[in-house]
Amino acid sequence: MNKREIITSWGRYPRSACLLTRPERYAMLIPSDDICIARGQGRSYGDCALNTEHSVILTERVNRLLSFDDKRGILRAEAGVTLAELLEVFVPRGWFLQVTPGTKHVSLGGCIAADVHGKNHHHDGTFSSSLLEIELVLADGSYRRCSPAKDPELFWATVGGMGLTGIITEATLKLRPVETAYIVARHYGARDLDETIRFLDEAHWDDKYTVAWIDCLVKGGQMGRSIVMAGHHAIPEDLPTTVRSPLIAEKRGERNLHFDLPKGILNSWTVKAFNNIYYRLQSSKKGAFITDYDHFFYPLDGIGNWNRMYGKSGFIQYQCVIPLAHSLQGLKLLLEELTGSRRPSFLAVLKRMGKEGPGLLSFPDEGYTLAIDIPLTDPEVFPFLDRLDDIVLKHGGRIYLAKDARLREETFRAMYPRLSEWQKQKNAVDPDSRFASDMSRRLGMAGFP
Amino acid sequence: MSGPVLILGAVSAIARATASALAAKGHSLYLAGRDMDELSRLALDIKIRYGVNVRFGYFDGGEYGSHGKFQQDVLAQMGGLEGVVAAFGYLGDQQAAVRDFGEGEKIIRINFTGVCSILSHCANYLETEKKGFIIGITSVAGDRGRQSNYFYGAAKGGMSLFMQGLRNRLFPTGVRVITIKPGFVDTSMTFGMQGLFLVASPRYVGERIARSLERRKDIVYIPWFWQYIMWIIRMIPEPLFKRLKL
Repeated sequence: MNKREIITSWGRYPRSACLLTRPERYAMLIPSDDICIARGQGRSYGDCALNTEHSVILTERVNRLLSFDDKRGILRAEAGVTLAELLEVFVPRGWFLQVTPGTKHVSLGGCIAADVHGKNHHHDGTFSSSLLEIELVLADGSYRRCSPAKDPELFWATVGGMGLTGIITEATLKLRPVETAYIVARHYGARDLDETIRFLDEAHWDDKYTVAWIDCLVKGGQMGRSIVMAGHHAIPEDLPTTVRSPLIAEKRGERNLHFDLPKGILNSWTVKAFNNIYYRLQSSKKGAFITDYDHFFYPLDGIGNWNRMYGKSGFIQYQCVIPLAHSLQGLKLLLEELTGSRRPSFLAVLKRMGKEGPGLLSFPDEGYTLAIDIPLTDPEVFPFLDRLDDIVLKHGGRIYLAKDARLREETFRAMYPRLSEWQKQKNAVDPDSRFASDMSRRLGMAGFP
Repeated sequence: MSGPVLILGAVSAIARATASALAAKGHSLYLAGRDMDELSRLALDIKIRYGVNVRFGYFDGGEYGSHGKFQQDVLAQMGGLEGVVAAFGYLGDQQAAVRDFGEGEKIIRINFTGVCSILSHCANYLETEKKGFIIGITSVAGDRGRQSNYFYGAAKGGMSLFMQGLRNRLFPTGVRVITIKPGFVDTSMTFGMQGLFLVASPRYVGERIARSLERRKDIVYIPWFWQYIMWIIRMIPEPLFKRLKL
């Protein structure tokens, strides 16, 4: 059965009426007769998993684990499985993900389609670097297995390809051995943008996982002040003696936000106050401390539906990367725009990224990535974001598609120079554009109107 | 005590959740059904997640003739059984059944007589063991006949009565017989249906089914409030009920 329903993704903008199907069997996870797109947990922010008046195939029930080599940590699973499930099963056995995004409530297929990155991108690359093989079902119904070695063209078009080459049905990935479920973390308070960049740039401050929470409201001399958070997997000797089983993290209760915050509660004053308190609190943590993986990697998962904080009208998570050569200059201009706009944005994240990977539409590039939540409070948001795009583009940067809902087609083309290469692969496996989404139409991704 | 459990109709979402919940408690499993590729995927999944022994094989609830041999095979492979979960079923198409008894007969064969057949074999085995359990998943639809699905409802109602009889017969031997009556559950059977309310997740239902083994109730409504909803529906006098559009 299918049903027509108005759905939205994590940013709660835009909303669109889609025809949903939810196969429960592997053999039923196939393209529909209609134009379709696969959707895992709906944790992308914008419109990449929406398909107005067309099919959206929910993959959540096709989520079985198929094999696990406990010597080498190699897992094969159906792509509907979530990272949360994988962590629940494998952390107690001494395995962690090689790369994880900032939420664990995402599907394996979604991680591949968006080629997600984590706090260790500068060391370990994107999610695709942990992949050994993926399986796709193509528009013609045939199954194809591909990897960096086998059919690499299809592999690198699918990784980061936003689900537009086919439905990702299975993946084989390598897990990371860990001795504990804990992280040795350190916080450094950086007083301004220059110091933030220095902390993120220099090996002295760096760790396996490094990221900065940056205050996007404070102006003047303190502009760009941040808390740099760095950490690595703990070994049993790091843990206090009260921890009896090092691979078992204490279960964290997840709270839910059951209502939308009314308009106006989050304004530049309240957020400024929050940022001040948060900055003081976090920068006062001196020296290394032990925290479990949930708190370190997934702080926001502690509040289910935190997206409702931005109210009914939703928000845009604006994430861009600016290449190293122009990072400082570009970031300064972006911060000036942001602080000048008085738009309340907490939870802004700045991260140093490593080299660009071979994924044709993968987002990461060597430089700095900034992610900020911008509530959709008024129509002026969109021209404001266009101005940010101009800055990003002028400095050779790009926008992360997994979070986007409003980029312009021409800007997108200029930001992703490998698009035509990707389109060649797309046309090879899906000549009639059977796989499409609101995003692919908005950005003209298929290459012909 | 967590011995081997046979899951009949193991591919459905409720059966999968029940199998997972039983595996989490340490039961080894035999998954039975018709879709062998799905069964092998489910078996691998449960084995990896819960570290229990899982086997699977072909079983067709409507093919009575095969049930005896099937049960012997399962017993041989698992070295005995502690329990059985009858989770197979067929919603069918009431509109088609009204006009074509072929469809009606199929609904009855799978949901009722097929269950009677395989559970008779299982009951006879467990009776000699003098321990174990039989769980049958019927439906609140079996509590009262309605025009919108009386073939399915009658078959499920018949199954509930059959299980009541089994419970009565097996009580002296110590074999438990538990009737599960789920309300609306979020499965492929109900996906996209209009007019559903208070829909439970398969995972919740599976966990409740596994938990029923630790409780004393013979008839378990899941979620619990369906007991009261169905009580009210059963209390409506027939002269009034026959006038309702249900």
